[in-house]
Amino acid sequence: MGRTLAEKVWEQHVVRRAEGEPDLLYIDLHLVHEVTSPQAFDGLRMAGRKVRRPDLTIATEDHNVPTLVGPITDPVSKTQVETLRKNCAEFGVRLHPMGDAGQGVVHIIGPQFGLTQPGMTIVCGDSHTSTHGAFGGIAFGIGTSEVEHVLATQTLPAYRPKTMAIEVSGELPAGVTAKDLILAIIAKIGTGGGQGYIVEYRGEAIRKLSMEGRMTVCNMSIEAGARAGMIAPDETTFEYLKGRPHAPGGDAWDAAVEYWKSLTTDEDAVFDAVVEIDASTLTPFVTWGTNPGQGAPLGAAVPVPEETDDPAAARRALEYMGLTAGTPLREIAVDTVFVGSCTNGRLEDLRAVAEVLRGRRVVTRTLIVPGSMLVKLQAEKEGLHEVFKAAGAEWREAGCSMCLGMNPDTLAPGERSASTSNRNFEGRQGKGGRTHLVSPAVAAATAVTGKLTAPADLA
Amino acid sequence: MDAFTTHTGRAVPLRRSNVDTDQIIPAVWLKQVSRTGFDKGLFSAWREDPEFVLNQPAYQGASILVSGPDFGTGSSREHAVWALQQYGFRVVIAARFGDIFRNNSTKMGLLPVVLPAETVEALQSAVEADPAIEVTVDLGERRVRWGGESAGFEIDDYTRWRLMEGLDDIGLTLRNADDIATYENGRQPWLPTTV
Repeated sequence: MGRTLAEKVWEQHVVRRAEGEPDLLYIDLHLVHEVTSPQAFDGLRMAGRKVRRPDLTIATEDHNVPTLVGPITDPVSKTQVETLRKNCAEFGVRLHPMGDAGQGVVHIIGPQFGLTQPGMTIVCGDSHTSTHGAFGGIAFGIGTSEVEHVLATQTLPAYRPKTMAIEVSGELPAGVTAKDLILAIIAKIGTGGGQGYIVEYRGEAIRKLSMEGRMTVCNMSIEAGARAGMIAPDETTFEYLKGRPHAPGGDAWDAAVEYWKSLTTDEDAVFDAVVEIDASTLTPFVTWGTNPGQGAPLGAAVPVPEETDDPAAARRALEYMGLTAGTPLREIAVDTVFVGSCTNGRLEDLRAVAEVLRGRRVVTRTLIVPGSMLVKLQAEKEGLHEVFKAAGAEWREAGCSMCLGMNPDTLAPGERSASTSNRNFEGRQGKGGRTHLVSPAVAAATAVTGKLTAPADLA
Repeated sequence: MDAFTTHTGRAVPLRRSNVDTDQIIPAVWLKQVSRTGFDKGLFSAWREDPEFVLNQPAYQGASILVSGPDFGTGSSREHAVWALQQYGFRVVIAARFGDIFRNNSTKMGLLPVVLPAETVEALQSAVEADPAIEVTVDLGERRVRWGGESAGFEIDDYTRWRLMEGLDDIGLTLRNADDIATYENGRQPWLPTTV
């Protein structure tokens, strides 16, 4: 019987397999940031251990960093960032600190450097590590104990998850993006639907996505409960990688591409579960509730809790969100628009926002935060920042920013946002804040009207 | 990690689904660089409500949390596990857990117990009827007992053994350091390094 993509990549990384034990899996790349690593480095120190492969490890500062130019003013955040610097110096780990041209959100910089490649195993103490699966590897988030384990051994003991295919047939209609697709998928299968699975996204609509769109889709796999999401590599993947600083060069490139081409699910392979979606029926999608599965097409209304799968959760969500069942989603007014994050902080996302904002003015507080300093540089080369500023939006420095509000970018209690990030949990963007997850295009159009809006609605 | 064999204590019913790790410990608490002091952050937003179940006198000192489905979804923050443990919880029972949270729990010795949704609700009702009821979670027998009731749960043999012995994963892996070195010698030559 044939094998799935996930099975092929997994088998390639098994260091040791023994009856009655989890596989010992080799990790090709370990991404590190300031929030989930300090206690792991402490653990190494206490046990007198070293980082086994600093050459397969890279760190950056992203969660705490302010997006206005200047030093960190919060002393606790400052200590955390300084702790990372000390740890990286002591253990010999490459670090891209604030102000460095290579700094950025950890899941933006891996692909940007060409460190994320097909067939690799990649981990990070961050659940959105699933992003990197867009290149056809197995990438998943881990907790601090496992961060320490990978630092010490470059391996993890793990049972191979089951496999799920999400088959996306047809083509996404004009104006419907990768973000709308993944929000629709999560609404369909629920926040626990992918629990215990590695998801492989397949089908015509996936093949037609850019690498950036594929990263958006894989990024939110965890929001459907799946630790990892992946997409088989193809010419789009190879084209993206070629010439990047850490991509193979010369003869190694040809050898790598030959291997990467073998990284597809065999015709006769069998998935443990299959979900089918017709992309051609989709429209812009937004969330109304407090988990990413509580979403609906923008043309719909706030649902009646009793008509949802989990009425108690829906009632609670509407109360928290300050919404009334039956209100058209297009009538929901927002105070703030946030564009950025590991979900939608890449160049293509900023271009989509600029296209909508060009020649228009925003009526809400609008934060546009590039995912990395390189994205910022590229956007400025294209003049996108001038479009944003002319529209009245704020153009910031790179970081995680208002996705989780660990830096000064937060919502006030009761404040409502349209956000291109990945989580609409209670208080996620600031205590008492209310979040609607949207695509970059919808975020931009919403900034123009002050209500949840698609670009097509604008005159 | 502390060994876990069997635990008897009182329980708290948390009748909510999708209790994400942002609720268990909000991000503002993640700025600490130590492993201690997270008990104050546990459910800190919800605990501001005097009616919240953890604030009710009847449930003070409880050590088993009985939650609705999809407990621990979202962020990979192990701080969620630390906060639960430091507050005094030894066990969380739910019909389904977020994968990363469940994994983190077993690394720290907080036992995640999966029971069918109907069984979880029955246990919640029993605890609501009598908050003083003793609940026993027996890892050796893979069974939860309360009142005259009991329910079996599944956990793989390896994780159960590791929890019962209180074993450190890194120490176990380093016993196979030779296998790791052998594997490293055979890695594909084009794979990237960060240097």
